[in-house]
Formats: sequence, C-alpha cells, structure tokens
Amino acid sequence: MKRSGVDLLVGLFVLLGFAALAFLALRAGNMSSALGLGPTYTAIARFDNIGGLKPRAAVRSAGVVVGRVESIRFDDDTYQAEVSLALDQRFQFPKDSSVKILTSGLLGEQYIGLTPGGDDQMLTEGDRITLTQSAVVLENLIGQFLYGRAAEGAPRE
Amino acid sequence: MTRALLLPFVWLLDLLAYTGRATRFFVRLCWLALAALRRPRLVLDQIHFVGNYSLSIILVSGLLIGFVLGLQGYYTLRRYGSEEALGVLVTLSLVRELGPVVTALLFAGRAGTSLTAEIGLMKAGEQIDAMEMMAVDPVARVLAPRFAAAVIAMPLLAALFSAFGVLGGYLVGLELIGVDPGAFWSQMQSGVDWLADVGNGAVKSVIFGFTVAFVALFVGYEARPTPEGVARATTTTVVSSSLAVLALDFLLTALMFSST
Repeated sequence: MKRSGVDLLVGLFVLLGFAALAFLALRAGNMSSALGLGPTYTAIARFDNIGGLKPRAAVRSAGVVVGRVESIRFDDDTYQAEVSLALDQRFQFPKDSSVKILTSGLLGEQYIGLTPGGDDQMLTEGDRITLTQSAVVLENLIGQFLYGRAAEGAPRE
Repeated sequence: MTRALLLPFVWLLDLLAYTGRATRFFVRLCWLALAALRRPRLVLDQIHFVGNYSLSIILVSGLLIGFVLGLQGYYTLRRYGSEEALGVLVTLSLVRELGPVVTALLFAGRAGTSLTAEIGLMKAGEQIDAMEMMAVDPVARVLAPRFAAAVIAMPLLAALFSAFGVLGGYLVGLELIGVDPGAFWSQMQSGVDWLADVGNGAVKSVIFGFTVAFVALFVGYEARPTPEGVARATTTTVVSSSLAVLALDFLLTALMFSST
C-alpha cells in the first residue's frame, strides 16, 4: 500500500478510537454533568448520620441538580459529619434553607435535598447551613417501630 | 537416584532464569519502545498492521456482544421490574469488564499470534542474526515499534468495542424489545461514572496491551527457529496471554472497584 494510504488509515483508526472514548465518557458516562457545573460556591452542613452519602453525589432542589457534594469529613469536636456542598453560582438560596439526605428510588444512591427557606439574605461562600436532617437508618426505624408497639401494648397489661 | 532428586531444583532454577530473562526483556522493550516513538514511520506501519487489521473483528464482536447483553439483560431485569436499568447494565458490563478483557483476548488471538509468528519466522530465517551482524539492535529495530504500536492500539480498540457494544445494546433494546430510549440513556448517564468506570476500563486496556504485546513478542523471540517451534510458539502466545489477561483482570478489578 502507498505511504500516504497507510498514514491515512492509521490516522482514521486513531481518530475513531478517540471518538469512541469520548462518546463513552460524555454520552454514556456522566462527565458532562460531573464537570459541567461551572463556577460554584461552597456551603457547609453538619449531619449526625450521613448514611451512604458519597462525594460527588448530587445536591437537588425541587428535584433538579443544583450542585455536588464536594467533600465529607468527620469533625471530632462535635462528633458530627461535616459535608461541603458546591452549589452552582447561578442559584441563590436563603440563609435559612434546610438540607436533608434522601434516597433516589428504592435501591438508589443517596443525594442531598435542598429546600429553600424564607430569609432575605442569601447563602454566600463558606456559609453554614444549620437546619439539617440526617439519613434514615433502617435499624433505627425498626427500633422505633418495635418500641412504639411495646409502648402501645404496655398500658393494657 | 540423586539426579532424580535434583530434577525439581533444576526445574526451579530454569524457571527462575526464564523469569529473569522475561523481566529484562520487558524492561528493555519498554525503554526501547519510548525511543521507537522517535521513528514514527516504523510505529505507524505497525499500528496499521496491528490496529487497522483488527478493526473488523473488534467492531463486529462488540456489536454482537452488545446485542446479547441487551437481550440477556432484559430477560433478567424484567423479573425484578427494572427494565429501565438496561442501559446501565449493558454499559457498565462493557466499559468495566467486557470491553478491555474481550478486546485483549481477541487481540491476543489476532494480532498476538501474527506478531509471534512474524518474529519466530524472522528468527528461523536468520534475519535477527543478520541484523545483529550489521550492528543493528533487532529488539530496537523490529520488536520495540511493534510493542509501542500494540500498547497504543489496545485502548483504542477496547473503546471502540465498548462503544459499539453500547450501540448494539441500544439497537436491540429499542427495535427488538421496546425499551424506552429516554430511560435507557438517562439512567446510563447517571449510573456510569466517566472516571471510575470508563477511566478504569481504559487503564485496564492499557495494562492488557502491555501484557499481550510483551507475551507475544517474548514468546516469538524465544521460539525455536523451526516451523514446528513457530507453531508451538503461537499456541503458547494465545494461551499464556489469555490466562495472564484474565488473572490480571481479577487483580485489577479487586483493586479498582472494591471500594465502590
């Protein structure tokens, strides 16, 4: 085969390979949503129990993704989990907004649900969100249920 | 009597010597492959030989495996009412495991054997010795460009395999089964992580490229320079590189995906 023919075919092959990789990363994977948030500001929230929350989990308000979980660390002063949220700068939330840890679907991953409050002042970089609700732990739920049933049964005896 | 007792030790020493030779060969190959990139003509020719000629088997296999994954995945997911998750199932299976591994196995069978046969025949035809007579390092001139080409071509082939597999799964899901395309793609896009899944799969395919190329070239270089020796060498290439790829796959999977 001629010199230029080989070069052309090899170039085409390499191009196709990279196109396939790009397709997998962007269309089949979540690269565009994981990286495409644009400029963000950080807010911090403390939870008693984060359950199965992982870094890069979504922060949703009204079901729409408005940010990502940046990092999770354990604070050994307050013995709570400290979660840093990277929120899209396009969206402003009042200072008294509340965050909950919710699960998407039955076996789904956990994400942060952000409910706006009614304050005039908005959250800024590094602000702390004080109203938090921890993840639901199944064992605690069962314990509550059993304890409630026992309390119901006790007065009759 | 003592000779029979000493046999296992002799065998062990031979094995150690073989391993040592193989390691030195591998290190030389990696080093010279970097140098070979300065002669792009050689590497380009080899990429054409190793990559372009493998395209037909890789693409068609990817498509067909995508079809099968789509069907089998659907039959199983339907029992749990989770047909929407077909996209995630097909893509994760391909990108994490089947893409790198099956591509490596096909590559070993197609390109690995031709590399081994080529090197073995060059040895049998005394071309390797002739090069050494001319003070041309045969490893640098002949083997290193093939190594570099295989390492470059493998991840590209694996990506093409996975991409065609995803398309195959989508076609089967849409045309044959009637899965909702929106659910297919949206669940896939939220379920497949570009770094942890696609990225790890790409790293795996690079490592498998190193493995298959090294085994093919080393076995060819060490082959007995007779037609029978070359034939046995090609068999050894396929068997050894396939087993090595599968064993490495287990190790890499345990390393990469355990924490998730």
